[in-house]
Amino acid sequence: MELYSNKKNDTSKIKKDASVNDRIPDGLFLACPYCGAQMYNKQLGKYRVCAKCGYGFRLQARERIELLTQNFEEMDADIQMDHPDFPGYAEKLKRAQSQTELAESVLTGLADIEGERVALGIMDSYFMMGSLGSMTGEKITRLFEYATAHRLPVVLFTASGGARMQEGINSLMQMAKVSAAVAAHQEAKLLYLVVLTDPTTGGVTASFAMQGDITLAEPHALVGFAGARVIESTIHEKLPKDFQRVETLLENGFVDQIVPRSELARLIAQIVRLHTTEAE
Amino acid sequence: MPDILSGLKLFKRELTPAQVVKKSREDRFMAREIIDGIFTEFVELHGDRLGGDDMSIIGGIARLGTMPVTVIVVDKGIDIHDKLSKRNGSPEPWGYRKAQRLMQQANRFNRPIIMFVNTPGAFPGKEAEAQGQGEAIAKSILDSMKLTVPMISIIYGEGGSGGALALATADQVWMFQNATYSILSPEGFASILWKDSKRSEEAAEIMGLTAKDLLEKNIIEYIIPESRNHPRVFNLIRKRLTDEISSLNQLTPDELIVKRRNRFRAF
Ligand SMILES: [Zn+2]
Repeated sequence: MELYSNKKNDTSKIKKDASVNDRIPDGLFLACPYCGAQMYNKQLGKYRVCAKCGYGFRLQARERIELLTQNFEEMDADIQMDHPDFPGYAEKLKRAQSQTELAESVLTGLADIEGERVALGIMDSYFMMGSLGSMTGEKITRLFEYATAHRLPVVLFTASGGARMQEGINSLMQMAKVSAAVAAHQEAKLLYLVVLTDPTTGGVTASFAMQGDITLAEPHALVGFAGARVIESTIHEKLPKDFQRVETLLENGFVDQIVPRSELARLIAQIVRLHTTEAE
Repeated sequence: MPDILSGLKLFKRELTPAQVVKKSREDRFMAREIIDGIFTEFVELHGDRLGGDDMSIIGGIARLGTMPVTVIVVDKGIDIHDKLSKRNGSPEPWGYRKAQRLMQQANRFNRPIIMFVNTPGAFPGKEAEAQGQGEAIAKSILDSMKLTVPMISIIYGEGGSGGALALATADQVWMFQNATYSILSPEGFASILWKDSKRSEEAAEIMGLTAKDLLEKNIIEYIIPESRNHPRVFNLIRKRLTDEISSLNQLTPDELIVKRRNRFRAF
């Protein structure tokens, strides 16, 4: 397919300069954003997880690729679209692109996870808060379209602060655009697996993050629709500590399992295999 | 210039986006009035069958001319008590689930679905989050992508964010002349982007949230001219709905779905 022939990277070619692991010295003292426990950077280990509560520190998309896959071929790496002429937007995008080495707030491609071939999307909260721009929506839509055409499961790691304000109504339309592609993928009876990571909010929660057949989540990830501050000022009430944490979502029936980061690859592969019929 | 003339000029002059925002929030057209003005034989249907019934969404079956249709209307309420109980038209998850149930029912009986939207957005509440506000909106959008009956959504006041899109994932989206449709309120936009909610007028200018702006960008298909003569507005809507639904009815279910999905694929 021509669409995806523009650039394919394997993991060996992915630069590591931007990696949080490399940027933060081992001896640096960090506090867990969830439980507050203090620890040395190197105590987070390769999965970058709080030793006390299991919270997964936010990862860049390319770091997650390394932790999760044996082989990754990127799709639409050089995708170009017209962006609205919003004051300061072009510069902001450029800065995010150079900081994350991503074209947009999602990295998509074909991946092998413990030997299982999947269409993989990973949102990156370091890219303009993982906001949903038209190119983000376009890349995820193409991922689903490719997966539908090639009969592949889709695995999508969500992380998003919500809408891309600078794109206005077009950002909103992405929710419907991706949903249309999810609908076609569902009709082909293919698996869509979501992994909710910290934080997943706003328009992403109100669309493809909540449309999976199976929904996994990382410990203590914040997942919700409205922002906590907006809710507090609406209802004039302080919200409890675990409000919008995935443990609460699990209790309320919106998540299938909360999975430690180190277990994710194994479990994803197992679930994918359980959806592979003999005939295939 | 005599007062009467300047007054007339003022009325005819095009409103600024900030003025449209203000107007869109006034109770120019009421939910029940719209239902009674456009349809006949309305039978209201309550509840999501999952444990809730959100009064901010009025749903039911009615006739458009002779054709049975499903009607779903966001209601902001009339008096202060009514408005409080309907959170000024901000649905709870069980409101969206009630709409989903009625959409599925419409699909089963091959009834076109006509929706009227007037919401500042989905309700940002504690219980709303606990009950899955995100999931409720996500499912409304996804379900809408699969229904094989004609769907037309009309924004008659505010079209706020995902809470509006949940009921505006349709074959056609129309707007009243003084309605708005946007990613969030100009106040929210200004406070997020500039950390200053007082710059909302400026935000309204650049957000492109008026019907005219959105028609240019193909986000909507049609602008309904407003008039103080409401029956005239309703007659126009009835006529146009009848025409558009009969042409959508010419399509096969597959063609209809493909066309609806492509409508959004273009963004
Ligand atoms: Zn911790």
